[in-house]
Amino acid sequence: MVHGEAWTIKEFFVYPDEYIYWSIQIVMYPFMTGLVAGAFVLSSLYHVFGVKQLKEIARFSLVFSLSLLPVAMMPLLLHLQQPFRGINVLMTPHFTSAIAAFGIVFTTYGMIVASEIWFVYRGFIVESVLALRGKKERNAVDTLRLVIYTVLAMGAMDLSAEALHKDERAVGLLAAIGIPVACFLHGYAGFIFGSVKANALWMTPLMPVIFICSAVVSGIALCMITYIVTMEIRKLLLTWKRKDNPWFPSTDELKGAEVQVVTMTAKYLVMFLVLAITLELLDLIFRGYTAVRSWDILRSVIYEKDFTKIFILQYGLGNLIPFIIFLMPRLTVRKAALGSLLVLLGVFMMRWNVVIGGQAFSASFAGFMEYRLPIWPDSLENFKEGLFGALTVIATPFVLFFLVTRVLPVFGVKDSH
Amino acid sequence: MMNRREFCKKAMIVVGGIALPLAALEVFNPKRLQAEKEGRGKVRWAFLVDTQKCVGCGFCVKACKIENEIPYDANVTRTWVERYVITRDGTTHIDSPKGARDGFTTMKIDQNKEGMLDISSADIEKAFFVPKLCNQCDNPPCVQVCPVGATYQTADGVVLVDRTWCIGCGYCIMGCPYSVRFFHPVYHVAEKCNFCYHRISQGMKTACVDACPFGARRIGNLRDPDDPVTKIIMTERVNVLKEEYGTKPQVFYLGFSKEVK
Ligand code: SF4
Ligand code: SF4
Repeated sequence: MVHGEAWTIKEFFVYPDEYIYWSIQIVMYPFMTGLVAGAFVLSSLYHVFGVKQLKEIARFSLVFSLSLLPVAMMPLLLHLQQPFRGINVLMTPHFTSAIAAFGIVFTTYGMIVASEIWFVYRGFIVESVLALRGKKERNAVDTLRLVIYTVLAMGAMDLSAEALHKDERAVGLLAAIGIPVACFLHGYAGFIFGSVKANALWMTPLMPVIFICSAVVSGIALCMITYIVTMEIRKLLLTWKRKDNPWFPSTDELKGAEVQVVTMTAKYLVMFLVLAITLELLDLIFRGYTAVRSWDILRSVIYEKDFTKIFILQYGLGNLIPFIIFLMPRLTVRKAALGSLLVLLGVFMMRWNVVIGGQAFSASFAGFMEYRLPIWPDSLENFKEGLFGALTVIATPFVLFFLVTRVLPVFGVKDSH
Repeated sequence: MMNRREFCKKAMIVVGGIALPLAALEVFNPKRLQAEKEGRGKVRWAFLVDTQKCVGCGFCVKACKIENEIPYDANVTRTWVERYVITRDGTTHIDSPKGARDGFTTMKIDQNKEGMLDISSADIEKAFFVPKLCNQCDNPPCVQVCPVGATYQTADGVVLVDRTWCIGCGYCIMGCPYSVRFFHPVYHVAEKCNFCYHRISQGMKTACVDACPFGARRIGNLRDPDDPVTKIIMTERVNVLKEEYGTKPQVFYLGFSKEVK
């Protein structure tokens, strides 16, 4: 079977070689990079602009951004027909291509995030090393932790106030450099689509900007969700622990802090959401108004074929309802969680409508293509580019986050930042 | 003393030694490379399709599939023929069942999911066939977007894919406005028409040109003013597909109609 045939249904006239070649994994790719970039921007709001209320979530989203990072690459590899040749992009980058610099941008960004985390945690790492060394009897776990922390400390054991101050400055600097790089990483994903002149839906210079705004929105939403969930778990654990240790902070204290963080974060979310929607609508209106040759087919895709996906799921459920939720007075944690989930859905649908929607019509403008997501992984291809492949990509960052936080805890660490 | 045998041996080494760098000068002559880049080489392949002559038999598609080893029953093809039927009410119906590999065996229009559409002959205003293939664009977006340089353009204008280097990202497939690219079902890399490069560079015609019984397809060298194809392109009213994309396509059409997509 030809690649793409399994999930493409043609209607009216479609060129014989046309299929939906960019499928679910290419929807996942901008979605995941968007989350990475967004999470990073959120953490930088605190580190660079000193938004104090975000202190708690800043460290959290930074580590989350790190766990999301490898996952931004996964969908690309899963999508390649020759995944083992992926390294060719680094060996013979052909720079007229928008994809060629991906490896470079990605690595740069990865290094920035990793070093920022290192500076944030250096104090903690050194303290852990010292504490573990001081222990008289070390069991196997302790020894392992000692080894890990010693390696992570990289010999920089200075804990003087001056050294810690330097760390802090480095964090601020890296976070500041990181913002444009994060935006670039994601705007770049937008450029990959926006520069395809053969595709009437994709080709617009607004694409990178739209991608960045929705990326920040989705990143913030995901951090908020994960933050809320982790807090709930902590509360549960606390109530349980408090039975024996009544001096632990009460759940109410935690809850108060939580609401404050959530309200503040939601403000930024709404800000970027407004920006994203404005740009998207501008794009839509502009297309309708100028009505160039492709508009006829685009209109039937946007207003007829994909109406539910665009106007109900993306704009309605994914933008409008969370917008109302966040703007209504007395935002509760539960409402915020719901709003964030809907925002994530909205951004996912936006990626879907761009990537799949862009292939919903034939380049002949005389026919349509419909995408059927392969559910059951009865072949490697249907796994990779099907529901289960996508779920694997979604699950991975949470697993990584869990692993990373075993070593670098995000809560209850006292620090100078 | 050097005997004759030794002298011959040494002389040969010296001559060979001098000849080698000299040959390199010829091969790496930057002026020549420059000239080729600026498009003053001896060959620039171009294609001429006379839609008036095409009857939609599909022999070209069949020949191409066999010549270029595209699995015969796979629903992809390097070249195909489209049928255009314009009815009285002004609607254009287009189809190309299996790329017209077996020609057009029925009057009904294949609308894919929408099924077969019966059009009565009395309703038909005009109808014609249009063969399609890679345009070997002068400004090929497929080459531009390939992240690893696996798609490249030769000095004589043909765009080729390196099967050993393509990573199968599909960017070129997305970038081609003519949708002539696909993934090869066996090699799993980008694939497209290359004007039968293995044949034309050996002085033969492409498989489709040879297979067309009506002379609807012709290939020629634009740099040769005496080439009959070049003469037609220069002197007659030819057209190209989708000029608005700025790709500078090099497949020229005679008898083009505005309905052609
Ligand atoms: S027709 Fe398509 S594949 Fe052929 S050279 Fe032009 S852009 Fe590339
Ligand atoms: S599919 Fe192959 S030839 Fe096409 S852009 Fe990707 S690497 Fe290049």
